[in-house]
Amino acid sequence: MSVAAYSVGEASPRQKLLAGVLVVAYALVTMIPLVWIVLTGFKSPPASISYPPQVLFEPTLEGYVNLFTTRSRQTPEYIESLGPAETWYDALVRERNMVITGKSRFAGRYMNSVIIGFGSTFLAVFLGTLAAYAFSRFKVPLKDDLMFFILSTRMMPPVAVAIPIYLMYRELGLSDTHLGMILLYTAVNLSLSVWLLKGFVDEIPREYEEAAVVDGYTRFQAFVKVVLPQMRAGIAATAIFCLIFAWNEYAFALLLTSGTAQTAPPFIPIIIGEGGLDWPAVAAGTTLFLVPVVVFTVLLRKQLLRGITFGAVRR
Amino acid sequence: MAEIRIEALTKSFGDFTAVAGSNFTIRDGEFFVMLGPSGCGKTTTLRMIAGLEMPTSGRILLDGEDVTFNRASQRDIAFVFQLFALYPHMNVRQNISFPLRVQGVSRREVRARTEEVAKMLEIDNLLSRRVSGLAAGDRQRVALGRAIVRRAKAFLMDEPLGALDAEFRDRMCEELRLLHDRIGATTVYVTHDQIEAMAMADRICVMNKGEVLQIGVPMEVYERPATRFVAGFIGSPSMNFLPAQGGFQAGATAIRVNGASLAMPQAREGLAATDAVLGARPEHITIADEGPLRGRVFAVEYMGARQLVTVDTDAGRLRVRAPNTVRAKTGETVGLTFDAERLVVFDPVSDRAVRSALFEGDVVAEERA
Ligand SMILES: Nc1ncnc2c1ncn2[C@@H]1O[C@H](COP(=O)(O)OP(=O)(O)OP(=O)(O)O)[C@@H](O)[C@H]1O
Ligand SMILES: [Mg+2]
Repeated sequence: MSVAAYSVGEASPRQKLLAGVLVVAYALVTMIPLVWIVLTGFKSPPASISYPPQVLFEPTLEGYVNLFTTRSRQTPEYIESLGPAETWYDALVRERNMVITGKSRFAGRYMNSVIIGFGSTFLAVFLGTLAAYAFSRFKVPLKDDLMFFILSTRMMPPVAVAIPIYLMYRELGLSDTHLGMILLYTAVNLSLSVWLLKGFVDEIPREYEEAAVVDGYTRFQAFVKVVLPQMRAGIAATAIFCLIFAWNEYAFALLLTSGTAQTAPPFIPIIIGEGGLDWPAVAAGTTLFLVPVVVFTVLLRKQLLRGITFGAVRR
Repeated sequence: MAEIRIEALTKSFGDFTAVAGSNFTIRDGEFFVMLGPSGCGKTTTLRMIAGLEMPTSGRILLDGEDVTFNRASQRDIAFVFQLFALYPHMNVRQNISFPLRVQGVSRREVRARTEEVAKMLEIDNLLSRRVSGLAAGDRQRVALGRAIVRRAKAFLMDEPLGALDAEFRDRMCEELRLLHDRIGATTVYVTHDQIEAMAMADRICVMNKGEVLQIGVPMEVYERPATRFVAGFIGSPSMNFLPAQGGFQAGATAIRVNGASLAMPQAREGLAATDAVLGARPEHITIADEGPLRGRVFAVEYMGARQLVTVDTDAGRLRVRAPNTVRAKTGETVGLTFDAERLVVFDPVSDRAVRSALFEGDVVAEERA
């Protein structure tokens, strides 16, 4: 029998295979609900609730059409009298004895989510970067207490502050406004972004800035030219965390928005109520809702990998 | 090019005094080395000259102009950091040209000067490389390039060779000195390595515990140490210290050690204290059949051309550097003679060297500014 020798650090091919299988299995298990949602978005309403569940089915865009439109049920005679359908989605809807009566509110809600999610993420990261730099580099009186205070804003459950914020916002005219939601999410995310980013600034040796300052740059120029570029990974990681929070936030959105500034999370469940249990439309909405975060994460994944290991593999 | 004058410069961190009232002048075009053990305040002094640290008190003059409270960016001084502080997100060219790009120098000139410096340092083939992949020596050169390209008034270097391995260090030592001779810029170089200091310095400033103990040309700090600390810190193996009898007058030419009388350079001042410490470098002691001091050979280390003999005497253990021709065996009793003109006597209380004929003559006279 031969005994293969491997260095302590390196896994044997067998171990690698096992690890690979485990990772793939884990990925599959976590992916199943997502895949199911995406698939459901392309099913017809009957197919979506058939039993046993269909894995192979004829894909249709009915869910997406339903998501973006409002429809009313009509008699076949009336539909006949309209003449031939002008577009493919008209045709699709008429098969179910319906006609499109207008656009649904989904697109607007989705835009709200984009504006509020990205707006608050930008603000939280921008302010967080400046604050983190200041906390890391300057002598701030009561620095530790302030940092703890900032963190403590996260310790309260949102429910506890929901009512006061609701009342304040009503008083200030911020209820159901984009600005109000951006400010709120920024405030909530700021603690996370200051703490995360401070860690990243702490990791950057002061010598870099000192070298720049000796070379004739002002402190601010040194920050922009030397510190910021080295914080890229940290900023990317922080931005993703902030975006995910703002994008998925449900409780505040439900309470504080109802019309103009309503975001997608409280809106998507409403789809269920409109015209029966339209699962494909809900699934389509959910699928579209996932897209920005996924795209953002994929775009920044290189930075993110470095960022999330919190500097362990820097340089 | 500039002269740097330090006046009563003090820096305290809370209760702790890192630099205690330093006074010295670094001459225009000089290679000035600050030498001292870890934590003696070398870096702190350098950072104050650069403007990265504000002094608690005292003044810093650059070419006669008081710059004590000027910002670092306004001092026109270049700093080479120990770990080089090369910007990892820039390539070699961008790193070297970084100081020029804030000065409003034209693009063409930035290019020309960057390439000139790169050529001088023999890194012109690396200009488009990222700094993260460079070997330590090349990183060192890039850091130097960034300092040189500005034609600053002075260069400050904080242990720039500390991150290199020993073999490479020797080479860079030489290169640095050659570079200095070519550019002729005032250079302040910090190190805790006495060999580096000896090899490169025009003048050495020895510090300990925040105090400047002696400033002089390398030969001077070696041959005429001003304090016991300097004597012990410089030289390897270090100077032997023997308990001796004090209480002599100015003009004395001998000192008593353990009953024996040793000739020494004529004292120019008396020593009132009853005790004294006699300093003798290993190469100033000779092994002989007869001698005023006798002892048993404790160990012999061969070091090629020379050997290092450790001898136990009644006055303590002594290290002697002897030629290989001297036969010394462990356990033997030998006599020791001392080079009368090279001995130094220290006041045991103040640790200062007693003034004597040793401190006169042609080693370039020390200038205390
Ligand atoms: N910002 C600071 N706060 C408190 N103490 C400091 C600070 N900077 C330096 N010191 C202390 O001042 C003393 C001198 O430090 P300095 O860095 O000048 O020493 P050094 O001679 O450069 O030593 P080394 O060879 O280790 O670099 C040290 O004891 C250090 O702990
Ligand atoms: Mg130091």
